[in-house]
Amino acid sequence: MLLRHTTDKIIDREALTINPAKTCQPIGAMYAALGIHGCLPHSHGSQGCCSYHRTALTRHYKEPVMASTSSFTEGSSVFGGQANLLQAVETIFAVYNPDIIAVHTTCLSETIGDDVNQIAQKARDDGKVPAGKYLIHCNTPSYVGSHVTGYANMVTSMVKHFSARSATRKNQVNLITGWVEPSDMREIKRLATEMGVKIVMFPDTSDVLDTPMTGKHEFYPKGGVTIPELISTGDSKSTIGLGPFCTEDAAVLLDNKCKVKFDMLELPIGLKATDNFITSLSRAAGVQVPESITAERGRLIDMVTDMHKYLYGKRVALYGDPDTLVPLTEFLVTLDMKPVYIVSGTPGKKFEASLTKVLSKKVPEAKFKNGERADMYLLHQWIKNEPVDLIIGNSYGKYISRDEDIPLVRVGFPITDRVGHSYFPIVGYNGAMNLVTKMLNMILDKEDRVCPEEKVELTM
Amino acid sequence: MDPQRWKQEVLKKYPSKVAKKREKSIMVHEGADNIKPIQANVRTIPGIITQRGCTYAGCKGVVLGPTRDIVNLVHGPIGCSFYAWLTRRNQTLPPTPDSPNYMMYSFSTDMQDSNIVFGGEIKLKQACREAFELFKPKAIGIFSTCPVGLIGDDVHAVAREMKEELGINIFGFSCEGYKGVSQSAGHHIANNALVKHVIGLTDKAVEGKYKINMLGEYNIGGDAFELERILDKCGISLNSSFSGNSTMEQFERAHMADLNVVMCHRSINYVAEMMEKKYGIPWFKVNFIGAEASAKSLRKIADYFGDQDLKNRVEEVIAEELAIVKKSIDEIKPRTDGKMAMLFVGGSRAHHYQELFNELGMSTLSAGYEFGHRDDYEGRRVIPTITIDADSRNIEELTVEADPMKFKPRKTEEELKALEALDFNGYDGMLAEMAKGTLIIDDLSHYEMEKLIEIYHPDVFCAGIKEKYCVQKMGIPLKQLHSYDYGGPYAGFEGAVNFYKDIDMIVNTSIWKMIKAPWEAEPVIEAEYAA
Ligand code: SF4
Ligand code: SF4
Repeated sequence: MLLRHTTDKIIDREALTINPAKTCQPIGAMYAALGIHGCLPHSHGSQGCCSYHRTALTRHYKEPVMASTSSFTEGSSVFGGQANLLQAVETIFAVYNPDIIAVHTTCLSETIGDDVNQIAQKARDDGKVPAGKYLIHCNTPSYVGSHVTGYANMVTSMVKHFSARSATRKNQVNLITGWVEPSDMREIKRLATEMGVKIVMFPDTSDVLDTPMTGKHEFYPKGGVTIPELISTGDSKSTIGLGPFCTEDAAVLLDNKCKVKFDMLELPIGLKATDNFITSLSRAAGVQVPESITAERGRLIDMVTDMHKYLYGKRVALYGDPDTLVPLTEFLVTLDMKPVYIVSGTPGKKFEASLTKVLSKKVPEAKFKNGERADMYLLHQWIKNEPVDLIIGNSYGKYISRDEDIPLVRVGFPITDRVGHSYFPIVGYNGAMNLVTKMLNMILDKEDRVCPEEKVELTM
Repeated sequence: MDPQRWKQEVLKKYPSKVAKKREKSIMVHEGADNIKPIQANVRTIPGIITQRGCTYAGCKGVVLGPTRDIVNLVHGPIGCSFYAWLTRRNQTLPPTPDSPNYMMYSFSTDMQDSNIVFGGEIKLKQACREAFELFKPKAIGIFSTCPVGLIGDDVHAVAREMKEELGINIFGFSCEGYKGVSQSAGHHIANNALVKHVIGLTDKAVEGKYKINMLGEYNIGGDAFELERILDKCGISLNSSFSGNSTMEQFERAHMADLNVVMCHRSINYVAEMMEKKYGIPWFKVNFIGAEASAKSLRKIADYFGDQDLKNRVEEVIAEELAIVKKSIDEIKPRTDGKMAMLFVGGSRAHHYQELFNELGMSTLSAGYEFGHRDDYEGRRVIPTITIDADSRNIEELTVEADPMKFKPRKTEEELKALEALDFNGYDGMLAEMAKGTLIIDDLSHYEMEKLIEIYHPDVFCAGIKEKYCVQKMGIPLKQLHSYDYGGPYAGFEGAVNFYKDIDMIVNTSIWKMIKAPWEAEPVIEAEYAA
């Protein structure tokens, strides 16, 4: 057994986190910043954090992940990191020449109290930011929230630094995307195009973290929201935020700053959440939903009706981020599955409220927890007490999966041992079909492997 | 391009202050008989995209990470523990299904803002108690991450108190990420704690006639398993391993060995030095990366013990193993011969792996360490001349003395003298084995890496995960020498064969030749249409 010390005896832990279902803020800020065209994310702290964050993102995307660091030493920790950041800005523009540097902090620079706002201003005042180039920043103390919070903070800082209202409104809708894969961002854009809606989507990591092999390393790949686009978000007709944990702050700020109204939705994962997204987008833009999209929806429903019996009643354990877990849980309920255990290390009361709404009628026995010590160790203990048929989450679930012989569907971050997540979406109706396919394959593969010989079926 | 010109071209891109600093870390090698000083183990310039990680990574990740029966509790916000969770490929093989193994677990105090404001010691103590209640480990190591030192949490005091309360060995590491300039500082801190808190606790050595400790071997991809196989075949007993496939018991009895052999000099030389002073165990450098190097290392060990039976046995084993290796080389070398490699990784691998490339007939045009010191380049003889800067001064230098009870010279002065050829306490460094005219670059930056590839087009580039896909986007295969790209083992004889096969595979992968679409490769057609 890999997790041989995990037992079914649950104690009330007050201090110890074991096998976390979250990580720290800066990596979220780094990921979000990569969704701006021509941007170099910069980690203001010691170089280990930056190295870890780049490594984790690289392992997940199997793509170059460029970011720089202030490389603090003990001296900077005592005297403050201003000199480091100023030198970094100068060096970065000279050597790596981005259009924009997006600075986030780490627990080190936060603990010593560096005022990044003031340092950034000084960099501009000292002429360290060349004309036409930008330096933005956000605070991402890792002892608050989680990687999700960091993503939200960087997205909010995009609004803060760029969104501007001019005299003329633009016939476009802002889509603020929560933490999803490049494939999902691409799919969301495709849906909008299919509907004939002009959108500005940010951040957008498609064509940044799923680039083709060309024999040339594009330091700044062609994807990402551009700065003129970001500026123009202040003139848009309205905003749709996809995933409240990641996008609500930004949407609210955009409303306050530029009077752009917003609709706050869950990520379009599964049938209902996608229905909501399509409905909201069609209203916001004042367009009819084209038949082609209705057909996509129909194909999903058709697939589910064909294979429903293999999904019905299956008990599922999930872990990951609230914005993914809430619509995903709702989708499982739609499929008549039983999402019985759900954990997320990301704190926030919304999570409980949303899940209660989704689960109270259909799966009243479900257990869920988020925040401190809502970890994979607890999830595993729940499973030890009463097993499940399927696990959904990132690659760390493989240890539970193997020990308990429960199939794992990989969804979330990080996925380090399989490919496909950055190419094949889970959002939209097509994404939902992809999810159903994955779940069925896992369930049916196991059935084929363990059922008695005389029960093996050719057709399922 | 002439390497001197390459260097000048590259430096031009940097702001002058930066260029001045980088200038000293980039060197055109003048040959083994004319080794020039290189700047190493100095701060990375802010804004430069570096390969390096932090002190905590070197301490928790590298040195203590591979030991299976200690609970490694990370005191700090969640990230540091998360990123060091199962990410270093140290394999481990507990002897029974019930033997303790905590390596699949990540333990953290997950500090919140209230802990930063009011201090985290209470939470840390409680976390120790909970870890003890749930896991009953024989030891807990507490690792400090960046904020811990700054807010004044005293992990050592907590460790002492909890050791008393829980009755197991508990010790702390002040390995905050900002100490030192790279992982290297963390190695040193880890070494110190092992000497202070663990080594010497039990006098029960491993059984066997020839007892050695293997230092600086971390069982990436099963390297340690292969070395265990070889040593076992030779009749040499592994008393303890620092720290691939190791247990706390092995550390505790380390002082009972007859000899310390050192693989990765950078990460573990401190333990070797201190154990010699404290317990009288001599050490020398070995290298089990490369078949010839492995044979040479085995002979060194046999010569140290001086026993003819052992020497005969070792020769038999070498003959048997090399026969298999040779078959593989004969088959593969025609496909790799004459190709060119570049290696930028770690603190010893960029040196050791050149052996394997040589065996494949491949030359190394450029190499450098991520966190090596001058002695890893120029040899230990330069240690007295290395200036101790502010960053190094931060790292505790333990002064150890001969242990009044446990110090026992393994050899007399005369015996050691007679064995001088084994080069006790010696390491000649990377440069002694590199060709004149090669480019040596310490703490390679991303920009320099791109320029190396653009100008010299190596057949394989060796580095880590952060570099992997940038290099591959440029159409050059990258071999990861931290994680081995999830292959291995590469150490010892079977490891060498694995490496040959993997290099053969990557330098001859078909898909690299298909990057251009047919219509891009044949503009002629377009021209014809146009006409
Ligand atoms: S938790 Fe803090 S110190 Fe650790 S990796 Fe994250 S930002 Fe860095
Ligand atoms: S040289 Fe490599 S194995 Fe040794 S400590 Fe170093 S990275 Fe690790």
